[in-house]
Amino acid sequence: MPNFIMSYLGSKVTPGEAGNQFWALIYVLIIFAGVAVAVLAMNWIERKALAHFQIRLGPMRVGPHGLLQPIADAVKLMLKEDIIPAEADQFVFWIAPLIGLLAAFTVYTVIPFGPSQAVSDMNIGILFMLGVSSLGVLGIVVSGWASNSHYPLIGALRSSAQMVSYEVAMGLAVVSAILMTSLNATGTGTLSMIGIVQAQQQQGVWFIFKFFPLGFLAFVIFAIAMIAETNRAPFDMAEAESELTAGYHTEYSGLRWSLFMLAEYAAMIAVSSIAVTLWLGGWMRPFPNLLHAPAWDFIFSLFPGLTFLGLAAITFVGVARMPSQSFFKIQRIGLAVFAAVLGFIALLLLVIAVAGRSADTSVAARFREGIDYVYWFVLKVAVFMYLFIWYRATWPRYRFDQLMKIGWKVMLPISLGVLIVTAIVGVIFS
Amino acid sequence: MSERTDDQTNDASNRALSSADRSYLDLDTSDKTYLDSNELVINMGPQHPATHGVLRVILKLDGERVLGTECVIGYLHRGVEKIAENRTYTMFNPYVDRMDYCAAVSNGLGYCEAVEKLLNVEAPPRAKYIRVILTELQRIASHQLWLGTHALDIGAMTPLFYTFRDREEILKIFEKYCGARLTTHAFRIGGCQYETYAGFEKDVKNFLAFFAPKIDEYETLLTTNRIWLERTRNVGVISAADAIALGVTGPVLRASGVQWDLRKAQPYAAYSEFDFEIPVGTNGDTYDRYLVRMEEMRQSMRIVEQAVNAIPEGPIMGKVPKVIKPPVGEIYHSIEAPKGELGYFIVSDGSTQPYRLRVRPPSFVNLQALDIMVRGLLVADVVAVIGTIDIVLGEVDR
Repeated sequence: MPNFIMSYLGSKVTPGEAGNQFWALIYVLIIFAGVAVAVLAMNWIERKALAHFQIRLGPMRVGPHGLLQPIADAVKLMLKEDIIPAEADQFVFWIAPLIGLLAAFTVYTVIPFGPSQAVSDMNIGILFMLGVSSLGVLGIVVSGWASNSHYPLIGALRSSAQMVSYEVAMGLAVVSAILMTSLNATGTGTLSMIGIVQAQQQQGVWFIFKFFPLGFLAFVIFAIAMIAETNRAPFDMAEAESELTAGYHTEYSGLRWSLFMLAEYAAMIAVSSIAVTLWLGGWMRPFPNLLHAPAWDFIFSLFPGLTFLGLAAITFVGVARMPSQSFFKIQRIGLAVFAAVLGFIALLLLVIAVAGRSADTSVAARFREGIDYVYWFVLKVAVFMYLFIWYRATWPRYRFDQLMKIGWKVMLPISLGVLIVTAIVGVIFS
Repeated sequence: MSERTDDQTNDASNRALSSADRSYLDLDTSDKTYLDSNELVINMGPQHPATHGVLRVILKLDGERVLGTECVIGYLHRGVEKIAENRTYTMFNPYVDRMDYCAAVSNGLGYCEAVEKLLNVEAPPRAKYIRVILTELQRIASHQLWLGTHALDIGAMTPLFYTFRDREEILKIFEKYCGARLTTHAFRIGGCQYETYAGFEKDVKNFLAFFAPKIDEYETLLTTNRIWLERTRNVGVISAADAIALGVTGPVLRASGVQWDLRKAQPYAAYSEFDFEIPVGTNGDTYDRYLVRMEEMRQSMRIVEQAVNAIPEGPIMGKVPKVIKPPVGEIYHSIEAPKGELGYFIVSDGSTQPYRLRVRPPSFVNLQALDIMVRGLLVADVVAVIGTIDIVLGEVDR
């Protein structure tokens, strides 16, 4: 058994491809825990960032700067009474949030955090991802129906109308990116998520800059459609608070409601990952071909450590700026400990970066490589997550017929045009 | 749910529908199934985030399209008009603040002027100027509140916080002047009770300088925003003829292209002495109403600036007897409140208490236009239109 476990360690492919279920399971657990933590963190960041957009402070009471607020919320939601309305379809009501959650989490099996840092490298990865992530809408529709109540029903109705209008444009945008992967010697493209990033590596350009502005246009269309897919502002008509009180999850409370929220944030991370993989070079650091000297490798591998160092520094400034009354003593200590943990992680990452800088086979080198891949991937996704918050703070909400109008009359023709022109340009250049 | 409670629910919803309107909402009470493929009748409110209080709108929907609406009001009814019959004229003065609690100063101005007209006394010039300054500041504050909540209804969260930040400065001036922020009771019959505090003029001028760039800040977020344009243009259109027929007043009427502002049409207080314009819209849609109110804030600033620069010296209280006993008679006096024409009709029997006091609240009358404006639109537009009419339920129900 240990041999079976150890045999994977030298491998350069994903555990799914190597047929190693043990490591696949470990990866699944790591990703599940990582996404759960990311959702908690996102919850806090969204509330803080939104608050600062809106000249307020946001959560400040639970823990220093409200850092423990998401945990407090999670505990509160779990302890709440579990209500199923008497008129609801009990079984469907019960299963609806699970559909959404399942759809949001299943996509993570093919998201490539690095060339071997994924659960599995499916050869139809992108197809699988689009298919499964669209299933999330089923959870919304079903929950609206099962609630047997008017507002959720209208929310579900909007959600299904919304889906048909953006999915087509979204699919065509993805196809134009897949077309670009076939611009190699053999002339065959790939649907594998890892293959798509490797194609960008071989062609030496992120697809967002390929055939400018074709790649960029496809990316923008996808970036708009993915907001609609995750039901976020300005396309949050399915839960439109001011219109439908809470839309499809009006009748939900407690743990079930929190599952919807978990699914929503997990889906946001998932679709951002698709965008990063298809157009922004996935796990690749900036300029891997232009600045390919080992010295550059070393400099870029310092980034993860420096990022955490910066976070630790910001946190320490926060500690220093806290009022010195005894009332804040515990909070000061807590924040200082948090800063120390961040600093320790930074130190660890820097040590790994330095230790693994030269030798290509040592354990430290493999670690450094893996950390680099995951770091750049997560950084790019984080930019998207920030954009999600920014949109929410800035824009009013679209009406659902207007979204359909945009989907069918603006985005669909553009994405179709981009697809055709990309094909023509690709034929000319290959 | 048992059969019995089912009947009760249907009875309750039937009772809410007045017999005249039952025909077009056409609730089939014999049908016990729900979620069928027919029209959907849903209750929006009285507990709803976007009905600005306790307004209940019964919507009849085909999918999301609105076939008809009915407003059910009265959830905030406090019998203000009846209370007036049991209070002396002076005692009733603070009650009017509680009608449109977002524009308490304007309410007070209307009431005080109506009683003054009945008594045939006039407030001294200085009092009139103070009244104009505070009323126009109140108009700005009311429009700020409207803008924030209206934008929030349409989904833009951020303007709400900006407008509340700036409204705070106005409320501070009110608090310094009369000690209250919301229900101010700023004026008395015959003038003002309080002389302006030291630094009042400076505070007002500071506010004007502070606020001028803030309006532009609101406008950068909304005026040319594509989504805002799509959500407000051609939404809730009401023609000038319809508006006049329904008695709609205020910015809603002006956005339809009717240049009707009581400050110009029948000047009261000291308005005839100031130079300002009446912004008018052309299409009568939600976007025009937005533009009209934004421009009104600018015009109000102009009025305040002129008034604060020319504020005369002198007494602030007219010759009003200690016990107010108006002669037998009746009077109707109306002012241009932030939301429209606010009128007071007072019948005096010569005693210390009004025989009858009737308020013509702008929100109540303007709310009638809701049905005309939203028919054929979508549910999302209903909240936009409720926001754009700018109702305050305290005033609708009184």
